[in-house]
Amino acid sequence: MWFLVPAFAILLVFFVLPTLFNFVYAFTDWSGFKSEINPVGFDNFVDLASSGTLFSALRITVVYAALVAVFQNVFGFALAVLLERDTRLNRVARVFFLIPVLMSALAVGYLFQALLKPDGSVNQLISAVARQPFDHGWLADNTWTIVVVALIHSWKWMGLSMLIYLAGLKTIPEDVMEAARIDGASRWRTFWAVRSPLLAPAVTFNVATALLGSMNGFDIVQATTGGGPARTTEILNIFIYRTFGQGLFAQATTMSLVLFLLVALMAFPVIHLLRKREEIL
Amino acid sequence: MTAGAPHRSRPGRQGTGISDARIWTRLQPVVAAALVVTLIGIPLWLVLVTAAKSQGEAITPDLSWPDDWQLWDNLRQVWTDADVPAAFLGSLLVVVPTVVGVLLCGSMAAWVLARRATRLTAVLYAIAISGIILPPAVVTVVLLLRQLGLAGTVVGMIGVYLGIYLSTVIFFVTGFVRTIPTSLEEAAQTDGASPLTVFRRVVLPLLRPVLATATILVCLYVWNDVFYAFFVIGGRHDTLPLNLFRVASAGLYLNNWHLIFAYVILMSLPLIVVLAIAQRKIISGITSGAVK
Repeated sequence: MWFLVPAFAILLVFFVLPTLFNFVYAFTDWSGFKSEINPVGFDNFVDLASSGTLFSALRITVVYAALVAVFQNVFGFALAVLLERDTRLNRVARVFFLIPVLMSALAVGYLFQALLKPDGSVNQLISAVARQPFDHGWLADNTWTIVVVALIHSWKWMGLSMLIYLAGLKTIPEDVMEAARIDGASRWRTFWAVRSPLLAPAVTFNVATALLGSMNGFDIVQATTGGGPARTTEILNIFIYRTFGQGLFAQATTMSLVLFLLVALMAFPVIHLLRKREEIL
Repeated sequence: MTAGAPHRSRPGRQGTGISDARIWTRLQPVVAAALVVTLIGIPLWLVLVTAAKSQGEAITPDLSWPDDWQLWDNLRQVWTDADVPAAFLGSLLVVVPTVVGVLLCGSMAAWVLARRATRLTAVLYAIAISGIILPPAVVTVVLLLRQLGLAGTVVGMIGVYLGIYLSTVIFFVTGFVRTIPTSLEEAAQTDGASPLTVFRRVVLPLLRPVLATATILVCLYVWNDVFYAFFVIGGRHDTLPLNLFRVASAGLYLNNWHLIFAYVILMSLPLIVVLAIAQRKIISGITSGAVK
């Protein structure tokens, strides 16, 4: 039983305690400008809510997470279906799609910042194809930049989703496919009626990790837009990083608590699903 | 989107399933190659050619071939100016103890959690794996580290990473231990081996595949992490991502895309070399852990 001690001691000190601290310090005026810390009740929440920051950051985070979950899974799934057969070309292609997964998210962010500049390569390619000058500021649009950044996030992680869908496709027994074919089902029908329901565990895992990974995202947004333009891509972690840097520790803690509660709220069904799946296995 | 390609072409052909399949077999390599070139090839090409250009040429990065190939000079300039060796060492100093610690503590705990089915272990397991999903409290952990005297130190950073990634390891390993039969451990126990010996000699070797998966994932996350590092050691200890961030945001380097991309190459190379050598193992490792 003492085998549990090291792991749980570490978890207690470095994970559980800070989380509990979150619930305490979100209600204080802790800051970098003075040494004493006083309780202030719900003041931090009221301030953040009345300035509109709280709700806009929450909305942006949820929108970002939802977009990433959709894009990453659609791309990953499409790639898995495309590269399913075990040919030499497909094996090489899979390795190529894994390169972004290994790259630092910061590096990916800088890479796309360069690609998407108004005079960057993407616009140059579009101008060349359309035969007219094109200089859209992909990362400077108040409405659509969040979608572009979510696409970049999905580009980085789609290789991982692809691998997990590939593994899911491989678990489907050949005789099930055979039976569907003998019954006269078309390829299209076989695909949607037989194969996709059997992919459910892979979908659960992929959607959950994409959703939660992007809610806790930071580096791609920081490296591409830094939260701009006009703070329209400022997800919770960007806000926490910015206010922490300004010495407004209590505000950063408050947002950190908000993020915790948001994820916890969305996570309970997910934990339930993961554990249920485990009981089956 | 790509899955739809063969079916869209159906009305044109006489619509039998066989010719459909044949078109797809012909078309698939073309589509796959085109996607690799546009989605992966163009971005990587941009990194490579920009990293090989002179400063003047790299001010607006584009896909053109550099007039003067100076990749090697740029790499050398970044290597010395940005102090890459120190950052590289700093990264290793954090990654290696984290991986060793997380695997050791995690698999010890997972073994017990998998083998004892009591109420207490069920609760402990739920607490342990909740960290997979719940975000760590980044701000207050800094306060805690200050109180412990570990703020800004490598030990503090390692502790924070251990706290974050233990849950992932415990989740993966517990699932794996449950699939291996208990007979070997029981045999060793009746032979009078202590729990520690059983763990070291019997259990740990059996865990090799799942530990390999966990190693890959934890390495990937910790090697590339910049968010937690900002809070815990920002400015006092250098790692590669922190250093890249400083290089890229320093006014001195603004618009010095050739140096930023030279850095990206230097930083990504170790992981890409590992991928090239061990791709089959990595791919099967990641997938077998996630979907069994």
